[in-house]
Amino acid sequence: MRHDHLLTAKQLSRADIETVLDRAAAFDGDPGSARERHADKLLALCFFEPSTRTKMSFETAMKRLGGDVVDMGPVESSSVKKGESLADTARVVEGYGDGIVLRHPKQGSAKMASEYVDVPVLNAGDGAGHHPSQTLLDLYTIREHAGLDDISIGIMGDLKYGRTVHSLAHALTNFDARQHFVSPESLRLPRSVRYDLHESGAQVREHEDLDAVLPNLDVLYVTRIQRERFPDEEEYEAVAGEYSIDMDTLEAARDDLAVMHPLPRVDEISPAVDDTDAATYFEQAHNGVPVRMALLDLLLNDE
Amino acid sequence: MSDRELRVSKIQSGTVIDHVSAGEALHVLSLLGIDGTKGTTVSLGMNVPSERLGRKDVVKVESRELSDDEAEVLSLIAPEATINIIRDYDVVDKRRVEPPEEVSGVLVCPNRDCITNAGEPVETAFAVLDDGLRCEYCGEIVREDITDHLQD
Ligand SMILES: [Zn+2]
Repeated sequence: MRHDHLLTAKQLSRADIETVLDRAAAFDGDPGSARERHADKLLALCFFEPSTRTKMSFETAMKRLGGDVVDMGPVESSSVKKGESLADTARVVEGYGDGIVLRHPKQGSAKMASEYVDVPVLNAGDGAGHHPSQTLLDLYTIREHAGLDDISIGIMGDLKYGRTVHSLAHALTNFDARQHFVSPESLRLPRSVRYDLHESGAQVREHEDLDAVLPNLDVLYVTRIQRERFPDEEEYEAVAGEYSIDMDTLEAARDDLAVMHPLPRVDEISPAVDDTDAATYFEQAHNGVPVRMALLDLLLNDE
Repeated sequence: MSDRELRVSKIQSGTVIDHVSAGEALHVLSLLGIDGTKGTTVSLGMNVPSERLGRKDVVKVESRELSDDEAEVLSLIAPEATINIIRDYDVVDKRRVEPPEEVSGVLVCPNRDCITNAGEPVETAFAVLDDGLRCEYCGEIVREDITDHLQD
């Protein structure tokens, strides 16, 4: 992978993605092979928004590679609170770590930070923008269950604000994947993402209703619809109910359907589904570790 | 003075921007940051008959030579424009505008959640597409009313 930073899924070619996934599979199969690979390295974690899960996953990955992490801590107790710019924070933290993992509420923040530093920047979520390490673990999980070519994938829920959705949609254009987007009209994919998908010649369809496409799907990727996207509670309840999965929904699905979710979930997947073969979301979360190990291994290498 | 003389009246030195798409002359001025308050002599021809464009606008600015950067940005709203640099009543340089691949620091991103609107020291940058502009930071696409997004 010939990149200095990991900023968006869009920057990744098919070969890049396969390189990461193959290395992740190698670490997954033989965790001992990773033990001392980055024993002298420190990874700086800069999370300007709370995210226990992604942060823990990066921390675990770095420690499994033999390295360690330094954590900026919560924003409330940092110099950011005193009005420091991200450009300054990045240049200071560059002196502490061999790489920077950044989560920040503004879109394009990781790209900007990368312009100020010489160490690799890994975008761990930039507002409604991108979340490429999540995408790679999603792809890893999809590959394990259905392969990445000649598949039909349904992507459902909040497609407008869901950065995991945007990144995944971009990445899937590298493969022979038919993408079905299922959402209420008000939460359709944003124009800029539709533009890219169109430009790439991706096989994309949009639906307001899951029923029509569900029987054909290899993978159903569910995302959370957030309450705050709706003006009133009643409207939210109606929409959220319509875009959720339970045992009845699965009746119409193929036996080998994999249901995925970036987690945390609230009501969009009924707990009853957890015990079925379709439930793939916890495995998906666990895959974050080998995939982030592979990413760090590739980006932190001095070669 | 006849209408014709008014339209072609020469300037001593400065820039004549010809073949501006009809109706865009005022946008060209705002793009160049000219609002008349700084005493610059400006003359405009709007909807002037043109062989090439049917109708066109012409903008003449005294005592100011357009920079290459300004010419690039101009191409976004007046792709057919020609720029004539005048010194001592002579045209010393005449060129067509060329759309750049990227424009930096001229436009403001309309996405308020974009890092370029967050008080950071970074300059805006937009990639020029066939049919619009795209923020290099957040991916936002600007198609219509580009001049609404000019930096102050
Ligand atoms: Zn932007």
